[in-house]
Amino acid sequence: MASNEKFNFAQSVAEALADSQLRANFRFATDTLIQRRGTVFASPEETNFLRDVGSSMKKDVLANLPDLLERFEAKCIKNGIVVHWAETAKDANEIILSILNEKSAKKVVKGKSMASEEIHLNAYLEEHDKEVVETDFGEFIIQLCNEPPSHIIVPAVHKNRKQIAEVLAEHVEGMEYTEDVDIMLENVRNTLREHFKTADAGISGVNFGIVETGSLCLVENEGNGRMCTTVPPLHIALMGIEKLIENVEDIPAIYRLLCGSATGQRITTYFNMISGPRKKDERDGPKEVHLVLLDNGRSRIMNDPQLGDVLKCIRCGTCLNHCPVFTRIGGHAYGSTYPGPIGEILVPQLEGLNPKGAIATASSLCDACSEACPVRIPIPEIIRRMRDESYGHGDPNSVAGYGYKKNCVESMVWRGWKWSQTSPFMNKVMLKGLALFGKWIPVVGPLKSWMSVRSKPTFGKNSLKDLVKKEGVRHE
Amino acid sequence: MKKVSAAKTPVYFFGTCLADMMYADSAMAAIRLIEREGYEVVYPMEQSCCGQPAYNSGFPDEAKAVAWKQVQIFAKHDYPIVVPSGSCAGMMKVHYPKLFKDSPDLFTVKRFSERVVELTTFLHQHAHAVYEDKGAPIKATWHSSCHAMREANCIADSKALLSQLSNVELIELERERECCGFGGTFSIKQPEISGAMVSDKVADVVSTGASVVLSGDCGCLMNITGHMEKENITDVKGQHIAEFIWERING
Amino acid sequence: MSSSAESRERILSRLYNAQQYGRDAYVPQKKVWTIRNRPKEKNITEFMERMGAVRTEVYRTKGTEWVAELQKLVEERGQKTLLHAPSTPTGKVLAEKWKKKSPCKLVTWKDSIEEFKDDLFACDGAVTGCIGGIAESAAVILWPTEEEPRLMSIVPPLHVVVVEADKIYTSFQDAIKKLKWNTSMPTNALLISGPSKTADIELILQFGVHGPTDLVVFITE
Repeated sequence: MASNEKFNFAQSVAEALADSQLRANFRFATDTLIQRRGTVFASPEETNFLRDVGSSMKKDVLANLPDLLERFEAKCIKNGIVVHWAETAKDANEIILSILNEKSAKKVVKGKSMASEEIHLNAYLEEHDKEVVETDFGEFIIQLCNEPPSHIIVPAVHKNRKQIAEVLAEHVEGMEYTEDVDIMLENVRNTLREHFKTADAGISGVNFGIVETGSLCLVENEGNGRMCTTVPPLHIALMGIEKLIENVEDIPAIYRLLCGSATGQRITTYFNMISGPRKKDERDGPKEVHLVLLDNGRSRIMNDPQLGDVLKCIRCGTCLNHCPVFTRIGGHAYGSTYPGPIGEILVPQLEGLNPKGAIATASSLCDACSEACPVRIPIPEIIRRMRDESYGHGDPNSVAGYGYKKNCVESMVWRGWKWSQTSPFMNKVMLKGLALFGKWIPVVGPLKSWMSVRSKPTFGKNSLKDLVKKEGVRHE
Repeated sequence: MKKVSAAKTPVYFFGTCLADMMYADSAMAAIRLIEREGYEVVYPMEQSCCGQPAYNSGFPDEAKAVAWKQVQIFAKHDYPIVVPSGSCAGMMKVHYPKLFKDSPDLFTVKRFSERVVELTTFLHQHAHAVYEDKGAPIKATWHSSCHAMREANCIADSKALLSQLSNVELIELERERECCGFGGTFSIKQPEISGAMVSDKVADVVSTGASVVLSGDCGCLMNITGHMEKENITDVKGQHIAEFIWERING
Repeated sequence: MSSSAESRERILSRLYNAQQYGRDAYVPQKKVWTIRNRPKEKNITEFMERMGAVRTEVYRTKGTEWVAELQKLVEERGQKTLLHAPSTPTGKVLAEKWKKKSPCKLVTWKDSIEEFKDDLFACDGAVTGCIGGIAESAAVILWPTEEEPRLMSIVPPLHVVVVEADKIYTSFQDAIKKLKWNTSMPTNALLISGPSKTADIELILQFGVHGPTDLVVFITE
């Protein structure tokens, strides 16, 4: 979905729910990913301890973020990495384009990066005549169909094997339709190897930036990230300012949490730590490494101690897998780079409540996300906060679009509700009213929504208060 | 029928708003179960709702006003407050202190929250209830409400009570840990998603072959049975655990 | 576009101001994940088991016998070229013991990647040493050097790693401590755990997507 189309959440939800193939694909994927996570995090005690480690580590980073950023920057510069600061998505795109132009780079190979999705980098570079090739297998597929990722970790998970086979047959030269995964992979491998060889630059994200050593850590299984960051003469890394880890010794825990939560692995195939460009006698590696530090609203989020917790996120995607809503509507319905529970609390803050506040209604607040979150982000609490902010009940300075949903009808309803729940007399009137006239409540508004899939509720003749009196329970 | 022990502190009972509106019999059964263990039950007449509906819908001030009302109503004695719902108990235990975190009343609220105990936890851990099943053999399945599971942490207690009923064969749901789609106002703000969730839940319930689906939370029950009725599924009924146990032990 | 320096100032100043909240906020005591070190034999057993589980062929060999093993292995698979670094201890042994008549020829990396690129992409395999292994998470640790450049372990379809038995550490934590990563971080440091893989098609695990399709590890004593 292009970002400039008007976002209509209700419509995209309805479309997603109507697509039974999509629902089956997501159900299968989330079930599998939850089950795999369980193989690594089998012991609840150990897992909870490790989550404490991750949570305290990230909390500590956020509490000292500006100091750490300055230290990190200094280390990177010392290592020979060129550091750029981008306040907005636009800044980041322009910085990256100007680096490419300066090196006359035409063709770019890209590793998977959610930050680059966030700033819509590909579209921007393509508008400026750059050839951008996504090289993560899943990203490669969705780039062929001009779709955004539907999941933070497995971007093409909304497509099954047959659908992928069709895409490859249509777009990859010399490829015929086949459901044989080996043949699909071999073709893609050969196609992309040519691109790695001939690219002028590689762009990647960063999973962790280590302050102590000025290192950029990339976590991956495929090896395309290593190709992108090693074969071309120029490497540009894009990193959200919150992705710091203070010390090397912190890495094992946060890395295990990331792998275990994301894919149910103890470790990924490659853990790639880059601490500078090719040195004098070295024979490979990029001649220049640029790091673009992306703010894009993050520093504003840090202003609020509760909202700031969203910046602990390590983008493992496990909250998506555990979310019963995500499982049913998939990633695209959220209309943003970050779907699922983390999207519900991050996107409205990055893009404003209007239009993106609507996605915060897509949660039953079941807590399954926060139960799984490796860094213990209290996701449901921040979802509630998004809802508060939407109605103008919070901090007017914290999220753009504050109070956009404020309306007399709902305010009156809740005021009436409060009255009926704090005044014993009104409570009695309400209960009597429901008992007597409940069945004649017209089927409109909320009741109509309720009854779209459920029968009409039957209100009891007696309230508990009536029974208590009748049955002689001590009351006061 | 009541055998009140003088040695046991009486307990307060918070019935929940759904008990007042639709599930009075279930709540009454819960009171009977507590009394059966020799505790006197005290029911404050001015109680209403825990405040969760507004709390989850973006109206914290209204939630806070209703919450404060409950805190005051139950302040007369220091009795434990038994709640026949994991979700309401979770609200009162976990979320009340958050609602009042910047308020001078925080400590009063915290003391209130500490006294809140979910019904099956009370019956199992505090009252050490022992049941003798007098009912005919039956297959039952169990739905864990999300907040019972993740906030009130009472599922083990609920199941421990059910396991004492020797003629009840408990068949677990395939996706016991998944939300039924109720979520309070979520069910009316996102009716399609909620509908997809409850229809999956009902399918899971039906596939167990049980003739009754039990839960400790009336909200989930209202959702699940409401969908079953709409779909004309008549061979499974929904029942609150308290009412079920009460029926079983009284034959 | 606002300049990078201006952006820097504004971002940092916002963050420092936000610190008014941050410093007041309760930050829990940082907890540390520790794993108790195990004896060498246990490490080797666990390493072999776990590397095996990520589809790595692991052989335990004595002295230089790994060369003959490797030769047999690559010949069976019909490999034609094997990249090695003759100036490293591993490469030296390999070059000395390699039967000259072997249909698989040893190749060395010449010049910089720009010149060597085509040859590199044509290689069937590469042999590298490594600075250690990790038992608990199943990985070999590579710190590529001038002699053994980074791409040796990612471009050729077969990657052979020789690891000394004494350098198999219990955990990543222990490796970090023993190898003093915090003060001696190289330009590029790698953990490698198995051949390259993807699960992007219906979450089915498939090996050899961009990098090596096979990873072979020789433990030497």
